[in-house]
Amino acid sequence: MSIIYMLLAISVVVALFFFFAFIFSVKKGQYDDVYTPSVRMLFDDELVKPKSNPTESSKKEKSN
Amino acid sequence: MTNCFHCGDECKEDRIVYEDKPFCCHGCKTVFEILNSSDLSYYYDLENTPGISPKSTEGKYDFLDTPSIAEKLIDFSDGNNQIASFLIPSMHCSSCIWVLENLGKLQPGVRSSQVNFPKKTVRISFSSAEISLKELVNLLCRIGYEPYISLENFDRKKTTINRSLIYKLGVAGFAFGNVMFLSFPEYFEVNEFWLDKFKPLFRWLMFAFSLPVVFYSGSDYFISAFKGLRAKLLNIDVPIALGIAVLFIRSSAEIILHLGTGFFDSLTGLVFFLLLGKFFQQKTYSYLSFERDYKSYFPLAVTRIVPQTENKEEQVQVYEIEKGDRILIRNGELIPIDSVLIKGDALIDYSFVTGEADALEKSSGDKLFAGGRQKGGIIEVEALKPIDQSYLTQLWSDEVFKKDKRGTFKTLINKISKKFTTGVLSIAFISTLFWLVYDPSKALNVFTAVLIIACPCAIALASPFTLGNLLRIFGRYKLYLKEASVIEQMAEIDTIVFDKTGTITTNAKTRIVYKGEDLTSDEEQLLTSSLRSSNHPLSRALYEILDKNNISTLDDYQEIVGKGILASSANNQIKIGSAAFVDETVKELTNNTKSLPNRTSVHISTNNTYKGCYVFESEYRDGIQELFNHLNSGRELIILSGDNDGEKTRLENILPAGTAMYFNQTPEAKLSFIKELQSKGKKVMMLGDGLNDAGALAQSDVGIAVSENINVFSPACDGIMDASRFKELGDFLSMSTKGISIIKWSFLLSLCYNVVGLLFAVTGHLKPVIAAILMPLSSISIVIFTTIATHYLGKTLSKKIALKQKS
Repeated sequence: MSIIYMLLAISVVVALFFFFAFIFSVKKGQYDDVYTPSVRMLFDDELVKPKSNPTESSKKEKSN
Repeated sequence: MTNCFHCGDECKEDRIVYEDKPFCCHGCKTVFEILNSSDLSYYYDLENTPGISPKSTEGKYDFLDTPSIAEKLIDFSDGNNQIASFLIPSMHCSSCIWVLENLGKLQPGVRSSQVNFPKKTVRISFSSAEISLKELVNLLCRIGYEPYISLENFDRKKTTINRSLIYKLGVAGFAFGNVMFLSFPEYFEVNEFWLDKFKPLFRWLMFAFSLPVVFYSGSDYFISAFKGLRAKLLNIDVPIALGIAVLFIRSSAEIILHLGTGFFDSLTGLVFFLLLGKFFQQKTYSYLSFERDYKSYFPLAVTRIVPQTENKEEQVQVYEIEKGDRILIRNGELIPIDSVLIKGDALIDYSFVTGEADALEKSSGDKLFAGGRQKGGIIEVEALKPIDQSYLTQLWSDEVFKKDKRGTFKTLINKISKKFTTGVLSIAFISTLFWLVYDPSKALNVFTAVLIIACPCAIALASPFTLGNLLRIFGRYKLYLKEASVIEQMAEIDTIVFDKTGTITTNAKTRIVYKGEDLTSDEEQLLTSSLRSSNHPLSRALYEILDKNNISTLDDYQEIVGKGILASSANNQIKIGSAAFVDETVKELTNNTKSLPNRTSVHISTNNTYKGCYVFESEYRDGIQELFNHLNSGRELIILSGDNDGEKTRLENILPAGTAMYFNQTPEAKLSFIKELQSKGKKVMMLGDGLNDAGALAQSDVGIAVSENINVFSPACDGIMDASRFKELGDFLSMSTKGISIIKWSFLLSLCYNVVGLLFAVTGHLKPVIAAILMPLSSISIVIFTTIATHYLGKTLSKKIALKQKS
């Protein structure tokens, strides 16, 4: 049953991993605007008649 | 009726058809052309008629070519790449987001752009070699998204977003979940070999998880309790902090001395729920600003005539203007500085600054005050004082703008917390005394148990959830409050003060009444034809309401500034304008027949015979009479206007008897008027709209700015109300009162839980598992109760509003 020690350690590590992921995402400002991304993800193949440069990547770039 | 394909407005007679689509104006058509030619017509598929009709901004942003001004707007620059953020008030739908994030398609110089919709900002990164800041702003204007640039941009500080509550909530939630898991095995008290073996490890892990909860997440409660005690106040945070501290100390003692498992689950849960309540209350309307002063109303730059030259113009920051500088003000621009008119025809609209409803004509040599808006041609003025010493901006040096008015307000919860805390402490001491006599070994146990179970978690949750819900419901009906505690103050209001111009009258329309002899159709035709050529605001307003049939060309047309229009066609001659201009004898005439002092009127005479005049009356908002009658019961109503008393008799007819009215009030007088009411113990609500109300709004207990368009500037206040909801003010007030009774009922409910818990505690039977059940149960039932009750209130409000709209 001493495997419990290891399982406990793993579970705590996993929990801590998600915890720090949360802290990181808050720090990056992901929770500052929770509305716009939900709309943005619905824009996809929006260009009606793509001419020469149909790929659009600019809007997904983080400007900071 | 056809609607514009771009903006959705009704197309009038001069509509334009382009590519089989109707447009209301050339501006809308141009935007469509721009977007269509850049393959951005998806804009119109995303939403129906998403567009905004662009305004002409020719030359308006020339000041952005001045590097020292432009750099104030740029967040980041590394020579070629620059990043700038703009506030775009007209942003309103997903099409807007899409087109703004695809600016790069319109203008290759734009590298990327990112929208923050709740804040209505767009952050654009662009290459300064390909597009200048001015061109970028003009591009935005061309497609209808004019950014809002004001003096506020000048001393913009880096705003750091305070995210500490989210962190604290995250930490508490994380620890709560883990501690729950770890304490679960011990809830059942089975004496199993392996379980017993791991007990110490589990307990110490729980201890470790609870450390950050107590010392980080809960730290605000300790600080607040400490501050309260130092000020000799027993606020609600005192019993909370006491509860947290006792929970932690007793639990730690239990596991150190191997006495039991402790209450770590209750501890972390308590802090988590409390923070959740705080978080819920923090509903913010981030695109609205409740802290604005004159700076966000004033322009960032003005056109100055270069000193010692005649006609050379330059763009300078407003702060650089010195006494004696000559400034050019164009049509629609704001006068930023107290000044003297040098040349040009000034027609200054002071309605936002002083509350005067009518634009004033000024001639050269007259003094102009900062804040007025020029309506007419270009004028040249000479500055008298630097900007921060002008008549208007001095209002902001009053101390009322510096203090935080919430600080002094005693919330309901603070009122009861004193009784609650003393009650809990006396129960704790009495039961401890009893047990000291009866069974001393249990005394400490009982003392701590009482403090733990009586921790007023549910009470502390009742008001944030009720007020937070109400705040959201109010927001749905377009009353946007700054914070939840405003609702508590709204419930106590007994005096309501209204500004006149722009608050109970509407800016959108004026009522024009004709008094005098009827005009013949020939004369009417001549009148409309001559008005058509004039740019005077009164002419424009009058022209709007007249039938536009058979507009003919005039033989002769002459506009005499400050007086009126002289025109003739086919043997008929017409004079339109001020009484003195139209006919010398008119003055007596009007005085005799109708008493119209201080009323704006346009007089008309044809072929030298006086016909009559058009009187401009301000139009009161719909339902104003019902609203005042509704509010009149038990509340004192006051009209406090900066305008003259020309409307007094009309107001007396509309409003209930006993409504006090004060006219010709300066901004300072308004402020001190409110102060005086408050010194008599009145709880004052102020409703205003302009800068002249700013002092009164700040001084009053609840200051609400009424706004026809919530996206444009409104002065600092506690709440912004959409003008279309003005007639529902009474319903909002009664809803706040009902909200307070919901809170009181939930206090009662949570007291019941406390009594049950105390029964366990004083008898010495409080087990961790009971605490762990009771605490979340009481919190959750309070949350459910307040949510259901407030939603019921919201339902009745929506029914009332629907009923009003029907009738």
